[in-house]
Formats: sequence, structure tokens, C-alpha cells
Amino acid sequence: MEDFQYHAPGSVDAAVSLLRDAEDGKVVAGGMSLLPLMKLGLAAPGGLVSLGKVSGLDGIADRGSEIEVGALCTHAQVAAAEIVRERIPALAAMAEGIGDAQVRNRGTIGGSVAHNDPAADYPAACLALGATIATDRREIAADDFFLGMFFTALEEDEVITAVRFPVPTRAGWAKFPNPASKYAVAGVMAADGPAGVRVAVTGASGDGVFRVAEMEAALASSFEPASVAGVSVSAEAMLSDDAAGPEYRAHLVTVMAKRAVEEA
Amino acid sequence: MPTLELTVNGTQRTVEVRNRTLLVEMLREHLGLTGTHVGCDTSQCGACVVLVDGVSVKSCTMLAVQAEGAAVTTIEGLANGAGLHPMQEAFREHHGLQCGFCTPGMVMSAVDLANRNPDPSEHEVREWLEGNLCRCTGYHNIVKAVQAGARAMGGAS
Ligand SMILES: Cc1cc2nc3c(=O)[nH]c(=O)nc-3n(C[C@H](O)[C@H](O)[C@H](O)COP(=O)(O)OP(=O)(O)OC[C@H]3O[C@@H](n4cnc5c(N)ncnc54)[C@H](O)[C@@H]3O)c2cc1C
Ligand code: FES
Ligand code: FES
Repeated sequence: MEDFQYHAPGSVDAAVSLLRDAEDGKVVAGGMSLLPLMKLGLAAPGGLVSLGKVSGLDGIADRGSEIEVGALCTHAQVAAAEIVRERIPALAAMAEGIGDAQVRNRGTIGGSVAHNDPAADYPAACLALGATIATDRREIAADDFFLGMFFTALEEDEVITAVRFPVPTRAGWAKFPNPASKYAVAGVMAADGPAGVRVAVTGASGDGVFRVAEMEAALASSFEPASVAGVSVSAEAMLSDDAAGPEYRAHLVTVMAKRAVEEA
Repeated sequence: MPTLELTVNGTQRTVEVRNRTLLVEMLREHLGLTGTHVGCDTSQCGACVVLVDGVSVKSCTMLAVQAEGAAVTTIEGLANGAGLHPMQEAFREHHGLQCGFCTPGMVMSAVDLANRNPDPSEHEVREWLEGNLCRCTGYHNIVKAVQAGARAMGGAS
């Protein structure tokens, strides 16, 4: 790994200005996506700005119609939080299913959302629930945030501060994990809530997380597993790797959608 | 070079590292604590698990500078004098190891589980050890050891 500058500021504002000043600066939160990339030489930032000493970003709050999750909340915290388990159990189940215990102990919601790995779980939850991503400077609807594999609406020096999830009437999560990495081969959240009926899929497409309009329409008229069982997605844009080829992945999307609705 | 202050196995340490130094490199190369192992490049095997402020983490996927001010516990810090820690004793008793390469990470991960759940079911142990790979044992005796160790710890370590 190349060496780099390292800063651990105490506030979001200081983090933003350090990012601005750094040459090729990057935020590090839990490091569970960024450090593996740096170790493999796939990322080599000139400066790292750690959010580890910034306070006030690790709370989970009940805002009535929304649950607000601070950007530094770990997957373990979200999975264990009583308010999440009670009000959006599908979100707790999703967080509980990320990677392994040690990944969940370090990895954060802000990092997961900012990284937008095409096989990461949070992007599907954000899109299905109609979440809002709050940053140091603005609020971005999930619909406008995820722009393709490893690509988001964030500016270079922008820091996520929280993600707000509208509480749905019902929502379910199902994921077929890669047996080695635990990342999704296909993961689906199906939700019926303030943002309407939504089905969001991760892990399957080379373009990252996506919604399935045909499934959403079928669920809007009848929210039950049978509604999605007959809807298939095209294998054309599907990822292909050791775990699954495009046809199998497309098939898994339908199976996971059915299970997600069952869970809801 | 950054100078780092942290507590390792109960002792206050001051260590000179680079920003890029991984926590596991600091433990093994700077402090000579070679009980913490490195088994992969992909953050998947769990041989490197240590406790940071009581929580299990992969020390190969954390920078030493991220542990500034923290309390780190490695496998060397578990035993009290000559006697084994209850989790180590349970691994010995139940033959929870063969070559032993994965064992330090297994034990540290298991201690974190036991602190949260003093009487984990077989299923809960298997789920928790998702990130700890063993190429020898087939896990069966590891699971037995972790259950026994957790009960022996009585919910406190
Ligand atoms: C073995 C393994 C298995 C995994 N399995 C899964 C899985 O099953 N499902 C899954 O979803 N994920 C999985 N992950 C990834 C994990 O969830 C990561 O923790 C998460 O994707 C990134 O969060 P982080 O806090 O570690 O981010 P970091 O690695 O610190 O950062 C990731 C990226 O986000 C940026 N960033 C971080 N925080 C912010 C912020 N607040 N504002 C702006 N930018 C920010 C960083 O600059 C960087 O580009 C796995 C990881 C490993 C190592
Ligand atoms: S050395 Fe394999 S996970 Fe750390
Ligand atoms: S005992 Fe050999 S790897 Fe686990």
C-alpha cells in the first residue's frame, strides 16, 4: 500500500475542508470497502480523512414517520437497534445479513451508501424504502443518488451525515449471498410505504441497484408473493461471475422478490 | 512518522508507525505480538481478529492510526498469568483446533460473542463465526468449544 496523509478531524466541517485541501482525498469510515481496495492497489488516495473522531454521526433516532440513521452507524448497530427492529424490521434483517460479524462491527451505513458497490445491500434498502441521503450541504433522494456501479451523486468533497428511512406499512428483504464473500448474488427489498410500492434489486446488475417496474405494478394491485412469481427480468444486463451467470441471476431475482414479499 | 498512543493488552504503549501501517502489522512487527495471524488479502478469513475497545475487528482491515487512543486486546492478552482464559481452555478441552492457524482469530471472535450472548445456540455460534475460516477442523469441535467457553465465561471476561 502507498503511504498517504491521514487526518482525523473532530467535525464534519473540518472533514470537508480537509477533503478540499487534500490531493486526491478520500473519507474513511469503517474502512471495510476502502482498505481492501487500497491493499490490492485498486485505490491509492493521497489523503485519508477519517470520520472516526467526528461525534454526533452515530445515533439512530425516531423522527415519527421516519427513522434517521447517522452515517457512522455500523451495520451491527442498525441490526441491534430496537427502533429499527420494531419499525422497519426488514432494514434490521438486511443489516444483520451483511458480510460477517467483524464486517458489521466496523462497516457503516454512510460508507456502504457512498461506495455503491453493485452487490451491496444498503442501496437496495434505500431505493425500496424511498430514503433520503443527508450530506453536509444538501438532501438527496435515493432515486437521484445511485447513478451506477460505484457511482453516486456525491461530490468529491461531500460527506454523508445521515440516511432517513420513511417507515413503511410493510417491507421484506431476501438475499442470496455469494457463499465466499457474503455479498449479494441477488438481493431484493420489496416495500409498501410512503414512497409507494417498490421493488429494488442489488447484486444482479452491472449497473448497480435497480427497480423492477413490472413487479411494483403487480404488487400494487395485490401485495402477495404470487404477484411477482411470474415476473422475470431480462438476463441481458445481469452480472456474470463465478457464483452465477446472467440467466441464473435473472432467475434468482424473481425467487428473491417472492421471498422478500413473503417476509414483508 | 506518526506517534500513536494506545493500550495493548492492558499496557499503555507509544508506537511509531506510518499512516499506511495496518493494525495487524503494528501488532506483529512493531510490538512482536505474533499470535495474531494473517491468512488472506481479502478481509475474509478472520485469522487476524482482535478486540478493539471490546469489539471484535479484523486487524488486517484497520489502520493502526485508526486505533489511536483505543484499547486493543490480542490473543496474548487473554490468559491471566499461567492459567488459560476460559475460552482457550474450552478450545483445548473440546479439541477445537488442529493446526492452530485460525485459532487466535476464532478465540477472539468467540470472546466477543460470549460477551454479548453468554449461552449461544449452535446456530448462533455458526452464524457468528461466518467470518472465521478454518481449513482443518470442519468446525464441529470449534462450535462445541465456543458454546462451552461462553458458558464458562459466565457472560463476563
Ligand atoms: C468480507 C466482506 C464482506 C462484505 N459483505 C458485504 C455484504 O454482504 N453486503 C454489503 O452490503 N456489504 C458487504 N461488505 C462491505 C461493507 O458493508 C462495508 O462496510 C461498506 O460497504 C462500507 O462501509 P465503511 O464504513 O467500511 O466504508 P469505507 O470503506 O470507510 O468507505 C467506503 C467508501 O465510502 C466513502 N465514505 C465512507 N463514509 C462516507 C461518508 N460518511 N460520506 C461520504 N463518503 C463516505 C469512502 O470515501 C469510500 O469511498 C463486505 C465487506 C467485506 C470486507
Ligand atoms: S487476514 Fe484474513 S481477514 Fe484479516
Ligand atoms: S485448525 Fe487449522 S485452520 Fe483451523
